[in-house]
Amino acid sequence: MERTVTLQIRRQDRPDGPSYWQRFEIPYQPQLNVISCLQAIAELGRTADGERVAPVAWECGCLEEVCGSCTMVINGRVRQACTALVDELLAADGEVIRLEPMTKFPVVRDLVVDRGRMFEALKRVRAWVPVDGYYDLPTPRIEQAAQQESYPLTRCMTCGCCLEACPQVNEHTGFIGAAAISQAMLFNQHPVGRTEAEARYRALMAKGGIGECGNAQNCVKVCPKNIPLTDSIARAGRALTFYAIKHYLDK
Amino acid sequence: MVEQRVIVVGGGLAGLSATMKLAELGRPVDLLSLVPVKRSHSVCAQGGINAVNAITRQEGDNEYRHFDDTVYGGDFLQHQPPVKEMCDWGPRIVDLMDRLGVMFNRTPEGFRDQRRFGGTLFRRTAFAGATTGQQLLYTLDEQVRRWEVMGRVRKFEGWEFLGPVLDDDGVCRGAVAQNLTSMEVRAFPADAVILATGGCGLIFGKSTMSMMCTGAAAARAFRAGARYANGEFVQVHPTAIPGADKHRLMSESARGEGGRVWVPARPGDTRDPLAIPPSERRYFLEEKYPKYGNLVPRDIATREIFNICVNEGLSVQRGEYCVYLDLTELPPERHRKLEGILEIYQKFRGVDPRTVPMKIFPAVHYSMGGLWVDYERSPSGGLAAGSPRNQMTAIPGLYAIGEADYQYHGANRLGANSLLSCIFSGLFCAPGIDRYLADALKRSATDLSARLFESAAATHREQFRLMAGRFGTENPYTLHRELGQTMTRNVTVVRTNAGIRETLARLDELEDRYRRVGSADGGGWANQNVVFARSLGDMLTLARVIAEGALRRDECRGAHYKPEFAVPPPKGGDPVTLRAEALRWCQAVRRQNERWLKTTIAEFTPDGPAFSYEPVDTSLIPPRPRTYGMVGAEIIEEVWNQMQTQAGPAPR
Repeated sequence: MERTVTLQIRRQDRPDGPSYWQRFEIPYQPQLNVISCLQAIAELGRTADGERVAPVAWECGCLEEVCGSCTMVINGRVRQACTALVDELLAADGEVIRLEPMTKFPVVRDLVVDRGRMFEALKRVRAWVPVDGYYDLPTPRIEQAAQQESYPLTRCMTCGCCLEACPQVNEHTGFIGAAAISQAMLFNQHPVGRTEAEARYRALMAKGGIGECGNAQNCVKVCPKNIPLTDSIARAGRALTFYAIKHYLDK
Repeated sequence: MVEQRVIVVGGGLAGLSATMKLAELGRPVDLLSLVPVKRSHSVCAQGGINAVNAITRQEGDNEYRHFDDTVYGGDFLQHQPPVKEMCDWGPRIVDLMDRLGVMFNRTPEGFRDQRRFGGTLFRRTAFAGATTGQQLLYTLDEQVRRWEVMGRVRKFEGWEFLGPVLDDDGVCRGAVAQNLTSMEVRAFPADAVILATGGCGLIFGKSTMSMMCTGAAAARAFRAGARYANGEFVQVHPTAIPGADKHRLMSESARGEGGRVWVPARPGDTRDPLAIPPSERRYFLEEKYPKYGNLVPRDIATREIFNICVNEGLSVQRGEYCVYLDLTELPPERHRKLEGILEIYQKFRGVDPRTVPMKIFPAVHYSMGGLWVDYERSPSGGLAAGSPRNQMTAIPGLYAIGEADYQYHGANRLGANSLLSCIFSGLFCAPGIDRYLADALKRSATDLSARLFESAAATHREQFRLMAGRFGTENPYTLHRELGQTMTRNVTVVRTNAGIRETLARLDELEDRYRRVGSADGGGWANQNVVFARSLGDMLTLARVIAEGALRRDECRGAHYKPEFAVPPPKGGDPVTLRAEALRWCQAVRRQNERWLKTTIAEFTPDGPAFSYEPVDTSLIPPRPRTYGMVGAEIIEEVWNQMQTQAGPAPR
């Protein structure tokens, strides 16, 4: 018999609708990843039981783990579907691959969620360099060590893994999550970005800011780009303490 | 006073550059994108961005040499004024991106580090690790977010461009777009629309491009009357990791940092690559091209890798074509600079490329062709700054920039020039559009009757309704796979007229079957099935433009290679024979240029594309034959120069 791969997918037709599971089977090939499984399911258009169903909705972009689009929960772990290799999943977790949407964001449909709040958080922490304008002006010199410290932080693709894994990210806390805190620290390290450091500190001190971090350290474990998120949070914490004292003394 | 708006479609490097510059000029922008702009395909660019810099200048480099490398690498098919202007802007653009916060790699003293890329002998490429595109995109995304907070930019992410809105005079007055979640179709009035919608690699099924790079937006503009130019010029990147879902790019910077391409000298050698002694390896690029080595232009490297696998049978894996790209001899600090791409290889292949040579093969990578756009030449031979004609398509008021246009790369793009052309075209078009808007003030889109917009939206709404409700026997995903197979087989690295005709016949069949595509999802919510089926129709439109353009062009130029029409290069021998052969060869090249050194223009008709040709502005650097690594290149060049000084047409 032809070898197949079985996937169990949590589906949801609409944001306010119920979720339900469906099972799919696709032919096995070497070097499959979860994306190629979803592509095969889209083409197949039917469940393992032969029922015709609307294709599963999911997001993807680069398929090289640099765009962050295809983040979902695979066998209970949040990650990108493109780098989730079928052979490795089968070896690690057994015969069935389970796909679910992330739980910390509103479901749009099936595996598609709305991560808009992450981009809103970037506005809140003013994650940009406030340059004078887009004309030709001299550039700042940056030490090699500073570049090497900042570069890892610049690779954050706003994928949402760190929020998904964080127990403090929920409706009650409104916690902005590790990604935005790390971006705030990135811009506070920049020679021109730091001119807005105080505005970022105020944003991080507000509700949903760094005070909500429970130090579970899950974020750094799930980050696909190995960004030192907990270092950023620790640095932010120290900087905020200094800022608060200075602010108090200046009053 | 009426408010004039600009629509930018696409939020990659080009679209975001244009948005931020227009915002700075005081123009409100509506930015439409299929995906959150931070997830645009520009993230995939790895190696770097080219510009003349302080170091290369001291080695004899200047903007003119960058310009020369670019047109020579592009086999002289691009109009020269826009390329000259772009290269002049290179240093300013890299400085600007640095100021905006891109974490370019630094030297110990704190200056920007530089690496060498293909098609040049200078270390002109600034880079941020091996994720330069991602870094540049994020930085522009941040600036645009800043303008969004200031209220100058409105973002519409998750909206798909369906077509321009044209008034009775054929002037673009806005765009129709669809929300990919609610499926709402609406018209967006605007006084100018910019398409920054990238390339069309998905036409080839698997490519290095992101899954939204279908070329659909360009095809929709084409059907509305925009011209499409040089469609047949498609770059196949020499080094990619073959995959089941896509081919993943392995940046040219791997070779720029010292990576070497080789195969075992003996066919079917199954030994562990590291156990094969250097004397039994063939570093075929270095052997054949001693001057450029592993950094010959992409079209050449691709053909050599293809040839060594297909014709010489030296593929390093049984049943599959691939060669070694070897980074194992590089010191750790070089590996560190390439971390981003080494990680990709390791994650997808489960092998550490620091200790085991990578297996790579060419893959479709970049569309040199694209929407035809205009320019205004300045007296000094560059572009007239602030001219509304720069980057304008054949539809007045509709602009195209970035990979979606055809302007900068001719028959072959040099590595690390695309990030430059995207940012340049985005920044440079903005003052021209600003002036276009000032001139067009008397007829602002907001004054037009609402009926124009409503009827445009209604047409697209109805088309979507029909597609979503359609019963049919054909599956869009199956058709797409077949389209990709036939295009890859016959319209990529090596092209024959018989093969291309076979593909055109397949396109007839696929178009016929496309009419019978059924909808697997009749729903009105996040309907990806129908959206994909719709883009398949656009891919078929452009596939024909590409294939038919390739069929017509009976020559070899850059990425377009037809062995039937190749002029065999001189083989060498004694100086007298070589000189005679060089003369014969140069004359053949000159005849070829007289016949084919021109832009292919396709225009839409209901019966298929209509083709015409336009002369190329080569007024600044006279075309000369590309002699990378050829035997007796100096003699060939000497003969060519002598021939050029003799007036009159080439002898027949």
